[in-house]
Amino acid sequence: MTEVKKHYRSNPHLYRLLAITVLWMLFMAVTRFDKFYTFKNFQTIAAQFPEFGLMSLGVMLCMMTGGIDLSCVGVANLTSILCALLMTKLAGESGVLSPATFPIIVVVVLAIGALCGTFSGLLVAKVRIPPILATLGVNELLTGICMVLTGGAALSAFPKEMTTMLAANIGGVLPVRLLVFVAMAVLVWFMLCKTTYGTKLLLLGTSEKVARYSGMKTERMLIRTYMTSGICSALGGLMMLSTYASARADYGSQYTLQTILIVVLGGVSPNGGKGKISGVILAIILLKLLESGINRFQNISSYYISLIWGGVLILAMVMDYVTGDKRSRA
Amino acid sequence: MQKSIKKIFGRTEFYVFALLVVLSVLIQFRSGGQFYTANNLVDIASALIVPGIFAVGTFMVIVSGGFDVSFPALASLSVYATTKFMLNIEYSGGILLPLLMVMAIGALLGAFNGFFVGYLNLNAMIVTLGASSVFKGIMQGALNSKQLAVIPEGMRSFGTSALFTATNSQSGLTSRMPMAFLVFVAVVILAWFLLNRTYFGRGIYALGGNPASAKAAGFNVKRTKFIMFILVGMISAVAGFIRVCMMQQCHPTNMLGMEMNIIAGVVLGGAAITGGAGTLLGCILGTLLIVMVENSMILLGVPTTWKSVFVGALIIIGTGVSAMQVLRANRSTSRARTMTKEGAK
Amino acid sequence: MAQALLKATDIQKSFAGVQALKNVSLEIMPGEIHCLAGENGCGKSTLIKIISGVYQRDGGTLEFDGKTMDKFTPIDAITNGIQVIYQDFSVFPNLTVMENLAFNTELAAKRRIVSKKRMRQIAEEAVAKINFQVDLDALVGTLSVAEKQMVAISRALMFNAKLIIMDEPTTALTKKEVQALFDIILKLKEQGIAILFVSHKLDEVFEISERFTIFRSGELVVTGSTKDLDDKKFTFYMTGREFNDKTFVAENLTEQPILETRNLTLDGHFQDISLKLYGGEILGITGLLDSGRTELALSLFGIRPANGGTILRNGQEVSIKTPQDAMKQKIGLVPEDRLSEGLFLPQSIADNIIIAEIEQLKTPMGIFDRKKRQEEVDHWVKEMALATPDANNASSTLSGGNQQRIVLAKWLACHPEVLILSGPTVGVDIGSKHDIHAILQQLARKTGMGIIIISDDLPEVLENCSRVLILKDGRIVHEASTQEIDEKTIVSYMM
Repeated sequence: MTEVKKHYRSNPHLYRLLAITVLWMLFMAVTRFDKFYTFKNFQTIAAQFPEFGLMSLGVMLCMMTGGIDLSCVGVANLTSILCALLMTKLAGESGVLSPATFPIIVVVVLAIGALCGTFSGLLVAKVRIPPILATLGVNELLTGICMVLTGGAALSAFPKEMTTMLAANIGGVLPVRLLVFVAMAVLVWFMLCKTTYGTKLLLLGTSEKVARYSGMKTERMLIRTYMTSGICSALGGLMMLSTYASARADYGSQYTLQTILIVVLGGVSPNGGKGKISGVILAIILLKLLESGINRFQNISSYYISLIWGGVLILAMVMDYVTGDKRSRA
Repeated sequence: MQKSIKKIFGRTEFYVFALLVVLSVLIQFRSGGQFYTANNLVDIASALIVPGIFAVGTFMVIVSGGFDVSFPALASLSVYATTKFMLNIEYSGGILLPLLMVMAIGALLGAFNGFFVGYLNLNAMIVTLGASSVFKGIMQGALNSKQLAVIPEGMRSFGTSALFTATNSQSGLTSRMPMAFLVFVAVVILAWFLLNRTYFGRGIYALGGNPASAKAAGFNVKRTKFIMFILVGMISAVAGFIRVCMMQQCHPTNMLGMEMNIIAGVVLGGAAITGGAGTLLGCILGTLLIVMVENSMILLGVPTTWKSVFVGALIIIGTGVSAMQVLRANRSTSRARTMTKEGAK
Repeated sequence: MAQALLKATDIQKSFAGVQALKNVSLEIMPGEIHCLAGENGCGKSTLIKIISGVYQRDGGTLEFDGKTMDKFTPIDAITNGIQVIYQDFSVFPNLTVMENLAFNTELAAKRRIVSKKRMRQIAEEAVAKINFQVDLDALVGTLSVAEKQMVAISRALMFNAKLIIMDEPTTALTKKEVQALFDIILKLKEQGIAILFVSHKLDEVFEISERFTIFRSGELVVTGSTKDLDDKKFTFYMTGREFNDKTFVAENLTEQPILETRNLTLDGHFQDISLKLYGGEILGITGLLDSGRTELALSLFGIRPANGGTILRNGQEVSIKTPQDAMKQKIGLVPEDRLSEGLFLPQSIADNIIIAEIEQLKTPMGIFDRKKRQEEVDHWVKEMALATPDANNASSTLSGGNQQRIVLAKWLACHPEVLILSGPTVGVDIGSKHDIHAILQQLARKTGMGIIIISDDLPEVLENCSRVLILKDGRIVHEASTQEIDEKTIVSYMM
């Protein structure tokens, strides 16, 4: 019992999120049980959240350093466009993409993400541009490159073998996209909790100067973090390509703000130095559950989703404010 | 005398202005003399109106040490509600009533931001991010927004009325200088007066410089933030209103996503993202720079698809250069100065 | 006897059940310079906040200028003539001197529209009171610390202040600037203004104040005339302990210097610094604030790499371009500004302790070894006698002295052979100061570590170092054994 109490006290934010999730699930059970609680519905949810979920993981890491990554959508779109072009190239005359080329594509995806992320990281760590502006500029630049590559049109004439594979469910049950997300989430969790990277990241986010005076390789840490974020976004882009079966310069533009919303909702401090991956993953799932739940009500416009997201975000902050205040008073 | 010259050279505004001049000469040269023509200058001035007004509001928030990403959604909601209401009551009067209404809604939505940021002292960027989502939800959900192809007559005639018409003597092309430009000028003058000549405005600077001291000096910090967000709401609503009038139709979502380029313009003009520093002149020059780059692609013979590449590069290089300057200044100045700077963080 | 200007009697104040002030009393005469001293957490800041209206007292009476003060706000305190100058001066770095000076008056008059003419007039009057020469249009952020303080003092004087409370006003000032400040304080006294001077620097207390009051753990220990006070008594009143400090004598010096610099130069800060540090000794480096002493420490630790000359470790030339290079050479640095350079304040004590040695806390597989981490944390909390119930608490919950021990622990955990400390006891209470000195002396004697103390606290240098180097304008002007030199001589070399 005391163990639970202790755990609660050190993670109040996580429990509050969990409470909101449970309440929402109960509400859905009461109102739309047969429409919401279906296998198909949960499968769809699991297949859809990985694209912005992956991006959120990257934004989370950057925000822990006290920075932010606004370039995730630009990286994702550039990745999906370049992938579509590459797939066409690799398929050649036949127009059929052989499975042997899949690993090449994955490597290219990772490389694009790493490259874009490293560029942002260099701007932040070496040139010392405030992260919000650096990644904003990079996003604009990458979106521009996407526009130049496509002329603004959607690219849909490319061999679909790989995207179909990614959109499939293993054994008709487990979405491949969910697996990709889980793999990345486990990797990030491992970095944060099982290596020294996590501790260093949060300390770096508290004070870069003290970190430097403590002998931390701050510039390398920052670049590495933005690079990881780039890789997360690039994988997100690959997921987007498989969802839409096409690529375009302006897909997913709502994700820029949505990822930040998720990360903050997940309990990461925008000032850096504080946050847990468990909260962020819960926030990713909660957001998708809310969206999917609302869609079960035909008479409610799906546009209310953004109202609810915004409301939940502000509510979460107000709750932190109210409880935080009490703690400091005691 | 020498001191004041040195002062001018040391300022960001000077560099932005120099960059504007160099860029315009370059475009003039590349386009065979098409930049410095009457109609092109009027076109640019006309394109500056809406981003310019938005920038004034954003500038105030950034100077106070805050951040606002909600203004496009705020403007969209205010102007959509107003236009829709005016159409419903088949309003046929002048511009004044809709303008007052849009400002009132803007003020109300601004107060929403201001309450959370000012009175609850929550992080401005996150609050406005949430607010942006809420406003969009109200507009698209509650108001079930669709594109309005017709707008009330009063708004339409205001949007099309011209101060004067400029003609290009070579090509014969003409451009109208919209009446709305006067609104932009009025907003800038009012904001300048407010920021520099009233204690409310100095309070915004004081707040951005050192919130604790601002409180100690006798500024009502919470109320200053609250009122500032109301004002910013009103200014943004006016910007959205003018955009709808000039476009002759109300499209609920096409303003969304403008926020980042506006913020980029303000910061390029020398406003410190940490708050407390920057001038309105710089803010306008920075915005003009972005507008000019966006509008002069054709004159340069560059396909418009390259627009974002140029704007992105401009943001990176512009902020990069000023960041490098700060870095170099920090290295060479005395220890005491760097200490206070880092300490402030 | 004249009527007291301020008469606080039996003041009580509790926070969440913890008594911060237990029936303390304080009396200040008009035009008197009174020193309030005590260690961190003794309740002196609480009392200041009660006098200035920030906190409400729980019990006791407060009279000021013949009036009883009940339930009053900071604004009421100001209008009654009480002014506080806090350590950060409460200035706006991004605004001009003129605006900084005029804001309070203008806001108090509830003005809405700015008049530059009126502001300038107010500002000119304000600086004239203390003959402060300054460009009114300069941004305050570009001024020196001393000038910022002058701005704050000028501002305080504009409200017909009868009592000015200065909270540790000399912390970031050079010796010269302290003298200038004292001149101003004496001038204010002539005008009949009383000064409450909060400090725990002994020499300052003796030099400037007529009477003193010392608090300990929320209680009044003693109040009286400064004339009756001496060094030993002062320390005893402050800490309740007696210290028998021994001057450090180096034993078991290594034959070879473990650290040596030859003509080390950092342009604009120091030139041609050649020094030798032997294992087992404590070397003092002193000089004025702008003598280059801080930069020398930063260069030896690789934060601001030197651009000329060489550094040798155990006779081998080494390159130190980054803090990592320095750490590889087993050099550690306890930096000058604990709050912005030494500690991650909101983070746990535990993480602060292990952060520098974190790469050693990995299993062979590269996994973060939590068990080993906990062992290290437990070891250092005990070793440094950190006063905390839980090492997972934020470092900001500890006092200055305990915080400095965390920084020390962070470096000792890396087993350095050379430890550089820049201002090791600034803002540290006397008790912890003695403890930290004892730790350093023991380290030098027992482990053969070479220690450099960079400080302008001359008694500290004389007591703990075996040799001292005096820096002036970036050059070594004198080197002496601490047995053969006294404070006066050192100061004459420094100036």
